[in-house]
Amino acid sequence: MADEVVIRAEGLTKRYADTLAVDHIDLEVRAGEIVGILGPNGSGKTTTILMLLGLTEPTGGRAEVAGFDPLREPLEVKRRVGYLPDQVGFYDGLSARDNLAYTARLAGLSRAEIDQRFADALDRVGLGDVGRARVSTYSQGMRQRLGLAEVLMKRPSVAILDEPTTALDPHSTQEFLQMIRGLKADGTAVLLSSHHLDQVQSVCDRVALFNRGRIALSGSVTDLAGRVLGGGHVIDVEARGPGMVDRLAAIPGVVRVQPLGGDRYRVDCQRDLRAEIARELAPKVDLLGIDFAAPSLNEVYNRYFEEQRHAAQ
Amino acid sequence: MPLNRRRGGSPWTGLGTVVAKETADHLSSARMRILEALVFLTALAAAYAAIRAIRATIGESPFLFLRLLTLSQDPLPSFIALLGFLIPLVAIALAFDSVNGEFNRRTMSRILAQPIYRDALLLGKFFAGLLALTIGLVSLWLLVLGLGLLLLGLPPSTEEFLRMLGFLVATIAYGGVWLALALLFSVIFRAPATAALAALGVWLLFALFWSVITPLLATVIAGPPEGVFGPRLAYLNTQQIIDRISPNTLYAETALALLHPATRALGPVLISQLQGALLGAPLPVSQSFILIWPQLTGLIAATIVIFAIAYVVFQRQEIRA
Repeated sequence: MADEVVIRAEGLTKRYADTLAVDHIDLEVRAGEIVGILGPNGSGKTTTILMLLGLTEPTGGRAEVAGFDPLREPLEVKRRVGYLPDQVGFYDGLSARDNLAYTARLAGLSRAEIDQRFADALDRVGLGDVGRARVSTYSQGMRQRLGLAEVLMKRPSVAILDEPTTALDPHSTQEFLQMIRGLKADGTAVLLSSHHLDQVQSVCDRVALFNRGRIALSGSVTDLAGRVLGGGHVIDVEARGPGMVDRLAAIPGVVRVQPLGGDRYRVDCQRDLRAEIARELAPKVDLLGIDFAAPSLNEVYNRYFEEQRHAAQ
Repeated sequence: MPLNRRRGGSPWTGLGTVVAKETADHLSSARMRILEALVFLTALAAAYAAIRAIRATIGESPFLFLRLLTLSQDPLPSFIALLGFLIPLVAIALAFDSVNGEFNRRTMSRILAQPIYRDALLLGKFFAGLLALTIGLVSLWLLVLGLGLLLLGLPPSTEEFLRMLGFLVATIAYGGVWLALALLFSVIFRAPATAALAALGVWLLFALFWSVITPLLATVIAGPPEGVFGPRLAYLNTQQIIDRISPNTLYAETALALLHPATRALGPVLISQLQGALLGAPLPVSQSFILIWPQLTGLIAATIVIFAIAYVVFQRQEIRA
C-alpha cells in the first residue's frame, strides 16, 4: 500500500552517558518513498539508523519499522529491512555467492530461494559475471554493489542505505542512484543517509536535516528552500552593468543576492519576481537572461548551518 | 517513558548457520592446518617414542596404552605434556580475532542486521571453535590409538579405553577454557594482535610463572611451609587452592588421575588416610572419575564464567562497523 507508514519514530532518544546523541526525533517514511537523512558527522544519523534496526536500544521514545517495534521485536524488523552500512565489508576469502548465501541463510531463506534470488540480484547490480569470484578481487565500488545485491535478495519492505555512494566513481554513482530508484519502483521505502547533497536531491522525495541529535528541518527540497532561503523562488539573472548586486537587492521581495561569477547572479525571492527584475534592469543595464533556478539542497544546507553558526556567535 | 526490555524471538535463531560457517572457515583456514600439523607431528613423535620405550619394557605395566600417553623419552616430553602445552596455543589461535575481526572487516553490522541476536553470533563462534578443536583432538586420539594397535600389537582394555575417553573429554574442556579466554579478549580488544598478546600473556603466566607465584602467595596467606613438626597442612592446602586457579593445574591433575590408575588422591594425603590402602594398586576407573570430577567441572565452570563475561561485554558494545 503506497500510503502505508513503514517507519515511524516518536520522540526517539538515545543518550550515551552525558551525551545526547539523538534528541526526541519524530520521523515518518511511507512505502515507496525515498527519504534522505542529512547532517554533519555526529549529528545522530547513524545512531537513529541503528535504533531503527534494533542494533542499539533507545533510551526514550518509540519506533515502529514495518509494523514492528525494533526494541521488542528486532528479529521481525530485521527480516523486513535491508541494510547497507557505510563502507560495507565482506569475507574476502569467500566468493560473492557464499557471502550472500551466508546472510541469506541467516535471514531464513531456503536454498532454493537463495539460488533463485542470487542470480537476479547480481544481475540487477551488474555483477552477474563475477558472482563466483572471491570478494578479495572486488573493488570498493563492486563491494558497494554487492551490498545492494544483499539488500535486494532480502526483498525488504524497508531499505536503509548509509553512505552508499562514498567509494563510487561518478558513472557508478549514477548507476547506483538508478538502482535506488528501482527499489522505490518496487514499493520499498528507502532511508538514505548521505553527505552528497546533489545525489540526495536527485533521488529523494523528502529530506530530514539532522543537527545536534534533532531533526532541524524536514520536507521536500522546495519546502526546505522556502523555509531556509527566505522564499521558495530562486531566480538566476544574467546581466552586464554597474552595481548589479545593489540594484537587485533593492527590488522589493528580494531576500538575498549571490554573485555566481561573470555576469551571473542568483536571487532568492519571496515570490516570482521575474517581471519586476526585468522591469528594473532592462532600461539601465544589458539584461542577457532571466530564469528560475531549481532550489539547491546544497544551498539550503549551507545556509542553514551558516545561520546556526551566526546564531551561536 | 519506561521501556519494555523483553525481546521477541529465540536468541538461538541462526545459531546453526553461524556454527556451520565458522567451522568451515576454521577447518579450511591455513592457520588451522599449520596448527594441526604442528600438534599432530609433535604428539605423534612423542607417542612413537613412548611406544619404542614400552616395547623394551613390555610386561612392566598392565596399562600399556595409558603409558603410551604418559611416558616421556628424551628429548621429547610425554604426549600429555605436549598437549597441555600446545592446546592453549591452538585454542587462542582459533579465537583471538573472532569478534574483533568482524569489526575490522566491517562485517559485524551487516551480519547483525540479519534476523539474529548477538547471542547466536557469539555462541556460534565459540561452538565452532570448540567443534574445530574437537575434530582435531578426536582425529589425534584415533591416530594414537591406531598407532598403539599397530606397533604394540595389543588392543586397549575397556578400562584403558574409558580412561583415554575421559582424558579426551578433559582435553576438550581444557581447550574450551582457552578458547573462551581468547574469545573474551577478541571482544575486549579491537586490535587482534593485542587480543592475541593478552591471551598469550595469561597462558605464559599459568604455564611458566604460576608455579613460582603460588608458593609466594601461599606463604603470604598461610605462613611458612615448614613448621616445628615438618610441612604445615594449612600451607599445603592454601598452595593447592591457589595452584588450582590455573587451568593447567586442573588439566594436569585430571590427566594424572586418569592416565596413572595408581593415583589415589590429588592433594596432601595424611598417614591416617593410608591405613588399609594397597599402595601402587590401580584405582577402579569409576573411582578415578570421581577423583577428577571437581577438576573437570572446574574446567567447564571456568569456560562458562569466561564466556559469560565475554557475553556481557559484547552485549554492551556499540555496533557501528
